Formats: sequence, structure tokens, C-alpha cells
Amino acid sequence: MSAQQATAGAPTTERDEMEELQAHFDALIAAGETIEPRDWMPDGYRRMLLRQLAQHAHSEIIGMQPEGAWLTRAPSLHRKSVLIAKVQDEAGHGLYLYSAAETLGVDRADLLDALHRGQQRFAATFNHPALTWADTGAVAWLTDGAAVINQAPMTRISYGPYARAMRRVCLEEAFHVREGYDLMRALCEGTEEQKRMAQDAVDRWWLPAVALMFGPPDTTTGGADARTAAIGASVSRRAMAWGIKRHTNDELRQRFVDAVVPQAERLGLTLPDPAIRWNEERGHYDFTPVDWEVYRRALGENTHWARQRVAHRRAAHEDGAWVREAAAAYAAREEAAGRTEEHA
Amino acid sequence: MTLTSDTAPAVPEALRTDPDLAVQLLRLGDDALVLGQRLCQWITRAPTIEEDLALSNIALDLVGHARTLLTLAGRRDGTGRTEDDLAFTRSDREFTNALLTELPNGDFAVTVARQLAYTHYAVLYYEALAGCADPEPAGFGARAAKEVAFHRLHADNWTLRLGLGTPESARRMQAGLDRVWPYTAELFDEDDVLRRLVAAGTVPSPGPLRTLWEQEVTDVVTRAGLTVPAPGWEARGGRTGLHTEEFGPLVAELQSVHRQFPGGTW
Repeated sequence: MSAQQATAGAPTTERDEMEELQAHFDALIAAGETIEPRDWMPDGYRRMLLRQLAQHAHSEIIGMQPEGAWLTRAPSLHRKSVLIAKVQDEAGHGLYLYSAAETLGVDRADLLDALHRGQQRFAATFNHPALTWADTGAVAWLTDGAAVINQAPMTRISYGPYARAMRRVCLEEAFHVREGYDLMRALCEGTEEQKRMAQDAVDRWWLPAVALMFGPPDTTTGGADARTAAIGASVSRRAMAWGIKRHTNDELRQRFVDAVVPQAERLGLTLPDPAIRWNEERGHYDFTPVDWEVYRRALGENTHWARQRVAHRRAAHEDGAWVREAAAAYAAREEAAGRTEEHA
Repeated sequence: MTLTSDTAPAVPEALRTDPDLAVQLLRLGDDALVLGQRLCQWITRAPTIEEDLALSNIALDLVGHARTLLTLAGRRDGTGRTEDDLAFTRSDREFTNALLTELPNGDFAVTVARQLAYTHYAVLYYEALAGCADPEPAGFGARAAKEVAFHRLHADNWTLRLGLGTPESARRMQAGLDRVWPYTAELFDEDDVLRRLVAAGTVPSPGPLRTLWEQEVTDVVTRAGLTVPAPGWEARGGRTGLHTEEFGPLVAELQSVHRQFPGGTW
């Protein structure tokens, strides 16, 4: 009897405590303060963050591949240096983001295993192949350009470690976009053949950039039907309430189109969307809406390249297992001997 | 970073055309370019993300060294060829890198062994170069020696980790050393070009550095519980343009885009 009373009383106290924690969390979000690793957070918030951080980190690592494939073929030593630095930055971004994810109590090795087993995703943009040298420029200009627009608001994301990682990421990404634009400019000012190569790359990378870098449509004006827009909006609303997201996918997509169309005009390149034209009334460029059909077409899922990206990663990981084992054994040996690693 | 003719001051007497110096600068530049190219092949394939970063960092430095050295070579040989002319339009037979730098990556241990041999040599030679009378190679040597010293630390640490890590890593590291060692002698070769440069007091020869190099690498290899391969067959040919069969594909890949678009600007 008394035991029953005790257990009956406990949930009330726990509930009070939970309500207090939730209220504190809500107050921090409302005040625009950051949530830090030791702060209490709702499970849903932690799950949403982890999913996004893991996918973001994986995208940086997988994203090294299409451009990395051109490191050995860059046509000038200047461009080679720029491309090495860019791919290196992406590895660094992956590390910042995996570290941010680890503050939520997961291990990088487990996240990589999930990527290798196909259980966690990466940006579908990289399901597409980089077929020519101009692709490295188109990827940097369009894909990284989309990433900057997508990620600039994330420097103010509510989770502190993620926001701080994004500040560094965005600075470097902005530089990549400029380098990508500069690479395309050189091609456009070059021979007819070079110009054709540049146009061909833009023809192939426009859709992955505009459709995939911002996620599926989440508004009816963006081209979703009422039902999917409602689903999209409810997910977006939740992410917005938690300060994980600040704009809808379609708002950011419009911002990207508005930024890129004048750049393409200056380069003398045609974006492969006949619907692009300035809309005086809206004060924005119109473009073919990225509805679910367009989105699905862009995904490139279940293609040779979607499989190849993960297979390449997995092969590198498996080939390097003996090296990681050696490093761990050596570190343990040094620790046992009371030495910290860092030799002269 | 790169010295280009439009930013360079008027050429003083000491910087006149010097074909012998150009030959030596081209050899050093080709070493850096070819090794940088090999390291680029690792990127996205390294055992850890940290190593993807480290190897790309080293490759970036090496390509930077190649740019400076090839630019200087093109200026000192009197042809005015640019870094890109030299990197992208010469045939395989005109490259003068040491064979060591073109050896295929192999497993990570082979790459570490190649890095160990090259970095210890390059730091010693660049430090010697820093003391030479000609201000351009001297300035380059001083700067590059500091950068390669970091690459050397990276190679030393991995030699120790692999040598003392697991039985498998020790076996592979020893195999890596055995694989690359016959190719190290060429780094210290002296020919008429170098003898004339030394006699003129232009740049030092790598020949006298071999003993010190052997002491340094023996120290690291021994601390790693491994054995320095016994003297034996020594591979040569790179300095005179006689390369390995694996070199052709490396050059073809390096030059493929550049050659595909004649008259292109990049």
C-alpha cells in the first residue's frame, strides 16, 4: 500500500521535473540562446540534430569524391593547388561536423559504419558523376553556392557546437564558390571547346543543385501539392520551433536562383531551365517549380554512382583497418609507458 | 608564392641564365611535382579522415614547391617556359625526377617508407640550398625546408606507429622499407652538372648529405623496431629521363586535360 503510494507520487515529481527542464529549454530557444551539450534537450530535438549532423558530415566526406577524382588531372598547377585545398577543406568540414555530432553522445566510428552500411544518407547531389574538368567548376559554383545559401542561416542554429562548426564551414564554402565561379569564367573566356565543356557541366549540375541541395518542396508555391506541402510544412515548423531551421526549403531555393541567374548571365552560360525569367511583380526570378516529380528525377538513387560513392568509402575504410589498428595499439603502448604521442 | 616574371624585379647580374642551375632546379621541381601527384592519388582513399587531410596538406605543399622550382627553371634555362609549360607539355622522357618519387603508392606502409626517405633527404638538401649564394634558390630552400620538416615529422611518426603497432603493421612497414630502399641512392647521385655547380659555388650537391641521411633514417627505423635494408641493388635512371613503366600513365593522367584542349587557358 505504502509502496503504491510512493510509486504513485514519483511520476508527479518526475513530471514536474520534466516540465521544468522543458520550460528551461523552451526559454533558451525563445531567447535565441544556444543549447550546449550538457543542457537537457527533448529526445526529438536530439534525434533531429543527430540525423542532420550525420547526414551533413557524410555529405562532406562523400562530396570529396567527385572533385577528388580530378586532383590528378587539373589542367594547371594553380588549379591543382586550389582543388587540393578545396577537397582538404571538405575533409576538415567532415571532421568539425563529426565532432559536433559526438557532443550528442555518439561515436564517429559508429556514424561511419552506418554510412558504409547504407543506413545513413548523404546529399543525393553526389549521386551524380563528375565527368569533365568543368564539372569541378560547376560543382563548386552551383553546389557549393547552394550550400552557402542553405548553410548561412545555420551559423545561428540553436545547438552551440553545430552553430560554431557552421561558422567555420561557411567561411570556407564562400571561398569555394568564388573559386568555382573563377574556374568557369576562365573556361568561358577560353576556346570554343572549353566553353562547350562549361555549358555541358552546367546542363548536368543545375538540377542536382537546385533540386537536391535544398531538400524536397515544402510549400505549395514551391510546387508541392497541398497534402505533401502540409507534411513538409509540419516538419519544417517543428525544426523552426527548435531553431534547427530558419527558412523553408523553397524560400532558400528561390534565394539561390535569384543569386545564380545573374552570375550565369555574366559568364555567358545558359541555365537549363526555359522557365527562368525575371518576375517584376514578385521581385524574384521565376523557374520551373521543383515539385516531387522533378525532385525524384534529380535524386539519382539506385544508380551506378549512388552505389559507387559508398563502395569507394567502404573500400578506403576496409583497406585502412590495419593502419587504424596499428595506431590504436601504438597509442595504448605509449600510454602504458606514460608517454603522450608527439614525437620529435 | 610563385615567382612570375611580371612581378619579379629586374634581373640582377647574379640571376642570369644558367643552364646547369636550371637542370638542377628542374630535377628538384620534378621530384616535388611527381611525389605530389602520387599523394593526390591517396586523397579520399586514406585510412582515416585525418590522413586524407594530412596527405592533401603535404601534396599541396609539394605542388607549391614544384610551382616555384619549375618557374625558376624555366627562367634560368633561358627559354622562359612557365610552370605549366614544363608540367604539362614535356614528354615522359623529359622529366628528371628521381625514380623514388614515382614509385606507385602501394599500401599505406609503402607510402610512409617513400615519405620517410624523401622527407629526410629534402630537408637536408633544402637546408643546404638555403645557404647558397644565389638568392632565389636560397630563399626557396629556407622556406621549403621548414615545410618539409613537418612532412618529415608525419613520416617519422607513422614509421614508429606502424613499426611498433601490430605484427601485421610491422611486417608491412618492413616490406615498405624493403620496397623503396633500392631507389634512395639516386637521390644523392652526383653528375657533371652538379660537379660544375658545386665548383662554381652555385648550389650544393646532395652527395655529401648521404651519410647524415643514413644516420637519421637508421635512427627512426631502429626506434620503430625495424631493420634498414642491407645495401644491394640500386635503381637509377630518373635523373636522365629513364623512368619506370608506371611513370607513363602518371604523366598521361597529369597532362590529360591540358593536352586535350590545345590553346586553352585555365
